Amino acid sequence: MSMPFYVSPEQLMKDRADYARKGIARGRSVVVLQYDDGIAFATENASRALHKISEIYDRIGFAAVGKYNEFENLRVAGVRYADLRGYSYDREDVTARGLANAYAQTLGTSFTTESKPLEVEIVVAEVGRAPAGDQIYRLAYDGSVTDEHGYVVMGGQAERLGGLLAQEWRAGLTLPEVLALAVRTLGSPAEEGGEARTIPAAQLEVAVLDRTRPRRTFRRLAGALLEDLLDAD
Amino acid sequence: MSSHDTSASGRLPHAFTTPGSSSFVEFLSGHAPQLLPGNRPAGEVHAPHGTTILALAFEGGIVMAGDRRATMGSMIASREIEKVFPADEYSAVGIAGTAGLAVELVRLFQLELEHYEKIEGSLLSLDGKANRLATMIRGNLGMAMQGLAVVPLFGGFDLDRRLGRIFSYDVTGGRYEEHDHHAVGSGSVFARGSLKKLWRPGLDAPGAIRVAVEALVDAADDDSATGGPDHTRGIWPVVATVTESGYLRVSDADLAAVAETVEQERRRTHEGRGGAR
Repeated sequence: MSMPFYVSPEQLMKDRADYARKGIARGRSVVVLQYDDGIAFATENASRALHKISEIYDRIGFAAVGKYNEFENLRVAGVRYADLRGYSYDREDVTARGLANAYAQTLGTSFTTESKPLEVEIVVAEVGRAPAGDQIYRLAYDGSVTDEHGYVVMGGQAERLGGLLAQEWRAGLTLPEVLALAVRTLGSPAEEGGEARTIPAAQLEVAVLDRTRPRRTFRRLAGALLEDLLDAD
Repeated sequence: MSSHDTSASGRLPHAFTTPGSSSFVEFLSGHAPQLLPGNRPAGEVHAPHGTTILALAFEGGIVMAGDRRATMGSMIASREIEKVFPADEYSAVGIAGTAGLAVELVRLFQLELEHYEKIEGSLLSLDGKANRLATMIRGNLGMAMQGLAVVPLFGGFDLDRRLGRIFSYDVTGGRYEEHDHHAVGSGSVFARGSLKKLWRPGLDAPGAIRVAVEALVDAADDDSATGGPDHTRGIWPVVATVTESGYLRVSDADLAAVAETVEQERRRTHEGRGGAR
């Protein structure tokens, strides 16, 4: 009888983490930013149908990077989770925290027990009645959750873009201001001395959770409306 | 956290991550069937009953209206129940029949449409919505046999054909498209008679609202289970328009004015004469 090769748990986890990280790094970045009247999501996405940013519930939005089929599956599960909760209790009782916990457990279980970890990174955001009530949770491929404030970047260039946002983002920005900042950040040169790109509105996927809207706060911004907002700043 | 939205490990249950259906009702019947309306045993039950709902088409949309009374036998169970609801942005649903079941069915129907919209990223067609409602009514057939029937009236703005359309149903889930106008519930006979005389092609929104209120007043006049406008308490029917720009509920102030005009005109025709017109 042959003995199976021994692989230390540290090595096993590291290999899995490297595998997941590599998959995630291939994707384009998504930025999530708080502004005075809500939370804005933006990413470079040429597709009008395959979304990376979606509505989960009245005040909850979802953004993801990584493998499309994997995060799409999680998105649908999130909509079902939220709708079932809202139907069994009340619409008020559906929270981003509950959803983030369910996602964290799902990602964590996949990471440790399945043959391949999920190659995704997710943001679950909930817009409050006032900016102080906003919640942004970032979930990594291994199920770890971080409670973020102000802004989040996910995807390949996360660290570099996060650094740029740290310099420029401040509380109380308006929607045109954060959108300009998001587009500037997404189009910034990857190497020092490189040339910044201007991403046209048609190549952008942008959505907001707008606290001033009644009931369903999620709204996609596209076409002429988005161009106007980008020109406004 | 309730037992049906997470599994023992805290992970989202497999039913949640199974690809496929964008129907919330199908998901619910597979995963938590106890939450579906119609899946409960019932003996002989006396429950509040909702009454007259009517809808009519006008240039560019529909008006749906319902009175505010619920009855339990000969008693008035509620004076201010609401029986007309937005199903989604471009459609309205009004329900006559057992009030408790009706309200639950509407809640599930609203969620069904929203769920589809979120998962698919697009709206269902108006025919798709109407068929979906028919399936849900059919699911309630068991309860209907025991006297707990729910009969909806559905209408909306068809974004493809650019016009307002109305659908009626029977308890077995039969779906029928109605032309111009229709009414359901105990006062429907009188409301339909009134609509036949008052409706005309080319009505505008205010004209259609006026016709709707007048038909409800006629229904309340002759049907004891239908409540008319209540000037004393300031309770007005629920009237809503569905047009290209979406579902819009007519404000109480506007309805008070319309009800007042209708009443004044009727008072004038009665002056100096007795009898019931």
